[in-house]
Amino acid sequence: MKALVNRIIHTSVVDGPGNRAAIFLQGCNYTCSYCHNPETIHRCVHCGVCVPVCPTGALTMELDKVVWREEKCCKCDQCLAACPNMASAKVREYSASEVMALLKNDLPFIRGITVSGGECSLQRDFLLELFTLAKEKKLTCLMDSNGSYDYTADAELMAVCDGVMLDVKAWDDGLHRKLTGMGSRMVIDNAVKLAKAGKLEEVRTVVVPDYLDSEQTVTEITRLLSPFLETGSIRYKIIAYRPFGVRQPFRSQLRVPTADELQHLEDIARRNGFTDIVLI
Amino acid sequence: MNITDMKKEVKAVIDNCTLTHEQAMMNLSSIPLNYVEFFDTTPRFRELREAGVLCTMSEGNGTYAPRYILPDYEKLMREGCKFPRLAPPTNLWEAVTVLEIFYQHIPSVTHFPVYLGPVDKMLEPFIEDEEEARKLIRHFLIFLDRTISDSYCHMNLGPEETRAGRMIVEIQKELWENAIPSMTLLYDPDITPDDFAKLCVECALACAKPSFANHKEYSKLYTTPYGIASCYNALPIGGGAFTLSRIVLSRLAERAKDSEHLIHDLLPIAAKELCDYIEKKITFLVDETHFFKSNFLVQEGFVSLDRFTGMFGLVGMNECVNILMAKEGKSGTYGYSEEADAMAKRILDKLTACVEGYESRFCDCTGHHFSLHAQVGIADDYSISPGVRIAIGDELPLHEHLLHCSQFHPYFKSGVGDIFPFDETAKRNPDAIVDLIKGGFAQGMRYFSTYGSDADVIRITGYLVKKSDIAKLDAGIAVQQANATWGLGEVRNSRILERKVRSLE
Repeated sequence: MKALVNRIIHTSVVDGPGNRAAIFLQGCNYTCSYCHNPETIHRCVHCGVCVPVCPTGALTMELDKVVWREEKCCKCDQCLAACPNMASAKVREYSASEVMALLKNDLPFIRGITVSGGECSLQRDFLLELFTLAKEKKLTCLMDSNGSYDYTADAELMAVCDGVMLDVKAWDDGLHRKLTGMGSRMVIDNAVKLAKAGKLEEVRTVVVPDYLDSEQTVTEITRLLSPFLETGSIRYKIIAYRPFGVRQPFRSQLRVPTADELQHLEDIARRNGFTDIVLI
Repeated sequence: MNITDMKKEVKAVIDNCTLTHEQAMMNLSSIPLNYVEFFDTTPRFRELREAGVLCTMSEGNGTYAPRYILPDYEKLMREGCKFPRLAPPTNLWEAVTVLEIFYQHIPSVTHFPVYLGPVDKMLEPFIEDEEEARKLIRHFLIFLDRTISDSYCHMNLGPEETRAGRMIVEIQKELWENAIPSMTLLYDPDITPDDFAKLCVECALACAKPSFANHKEYSKLYTTPYGIASCYNALPIGGGAFTLSRIVLSRLAERAKDSEHLIHDLLPIAAKELCDYIEKKITFLVDETHFFKSNFLVQEGFVSLDRFTGMFGLVGMNECVNILMAKEGKSGTYGYSEEADAMAKRILDKLTACVEGYESRFCDCTGHHFSLHAQVGIADDYSISPGVRIAIGDELPLHEHLLHCSQFHPYFKSGVGDIFPFDETAKRNPDAIVDLIKGGFAQGMRYFSTYGSDADVIRITGYLVKKSDIAKLDAGIAVQQANATWGLGEVRNSRILERKVRSLE
């Protein structure tokens, strides 16, 4: 089983506890307006629009496929800017054992791996294989997910997954749909069920004032999860929207929250019993 | 002896407005020792020294005290010390005072103590009232910073967590503006709790200390306990190092036709010359000067002759290998090519054999051999990387870099280390740095230092300096810390401020 991998970061401090390797898979079932890396949303359709904009000839059209030669790539990302499809030609297909081989030098230094995206649950069979192999190396395995996947129905995957870092983008179903294209019910369901199973590693909310009702989201989700805090603290990461990497027209429309707005949200989470709160 | 030259040197010191009185006095005291000779050297040695291939580390020709002294502080706490009339302490006030006084009487190459002892263990038995202990430890740390004007002085902590150790680190973190003293946690993940290691990382990101020494490896070194002194030198407690001289491998490589020529012809000759020189210097120090005959540290048994060793330093492996690879028409460079790294190991194997093959009359604690040391460089070094470090600007990805260190650190008994500055992302997850240290140590790495890229106190090569002090010196204003002047030289010559800052994405 191969997966489309957008990027591997060998040492990451922001993708769960301790030093971890982070694997970013290509493809997402959401199309968030504020997405920082929209090039991870879709798979390449080999239209070839990016080929002529590449300044180093790292991209070529061969047998109707766009081929990327990493050794020639200068990482200018002009191909991503040119892509009409929110995709990237700079992805690789790897099997789980190939990914583990790429992490060989990292094994002494990492306590685990985190698979992110795109939306990693879309490549669930690959995850199962990768996590099984990683467990053999005594690594902890986390998923960074948008919560659209029904985790509780997948006991096999949950047996090898140590936790999910869950995006709760909006509480309100309509706003969630406006932002992502899908509703919020599954996400909220997952939050409760993962917390009950002790597998809710972290909750994340990106704050976009005037566009989303962050106060409602933070209030409702922290109230809902507060009963589970007795058995162990859950980290809540409240993330300021930043325009970096965001596509137009949204980049011109969305506003960065102020420090006071973020602090207000932290106060709400704290009142509802959360203690491990990170403002970014 | 040229009296005109000496006059010029003296004048340069006494006219220099960037020197404090203390610094001027110490600089003046070293001048005559460069103009007199007390033992013979060979023409070949002198030629190699003048060419900068061999270097005697500004010790002068009349060494009259060991370069690094690690007194037995447990004895001090247990029995007190007769010469400065110190009774064994009975409470924390007395313990701190005994140390503050005793430190003033320990010689070294810089005239400041280079080893402050396992201070956490020394103070722990006296910790009763936590609030009072905090006040005293705070006072103690400030006292050290303002009276020992040199950051080669080194406090040791761990591997066990103690209340005193935790207080020292917590208070040091609050006193993040202080460069002095240097600190090392003797770290063994099986003994040191993760939480304490994490606190030490947080402190290091604030003020570049403590560093981490691989306690599992270093505790096997000697038959008696070791301490970390000066930059990162692992030496026997109750002894230390008589002297340190070094070979500049890159300059030797410039003279070599190729790697075989260096390894089989040039290196053995240069190593023998340096070993002979070190032996002569130790003989002079021990047989003729006063220290081992009359100093109270010797007479009262705080140090003994058999626990001292001679240190054989090296610098410039990175440049040495790159020069030789180029001479052999090969493209690989140190850290990036297996062939280049294999060449470095062949050079180290040969040098180890040369140094281990030399029998010293002294150095009982190291089997009558000198001890190989990855020297951190001096301010005048230009394009010469410390010890076996990869050059600044050529750093590898973090994990690969740590693996590289792990391959080369085990060659050095008396000290080696690498430095990894981090940006602010690391502060949010100090556990990640603990993971890196654990991984490196399990792979054989001996010594790990870090600092925050936004901190004022940073590690230059082995010692700590305030960036704000360097700026003052650069503007011609005197600062209290003597070795800040070295820091300025290194910043100018060795691109210290360009060291790769690690961002943990």
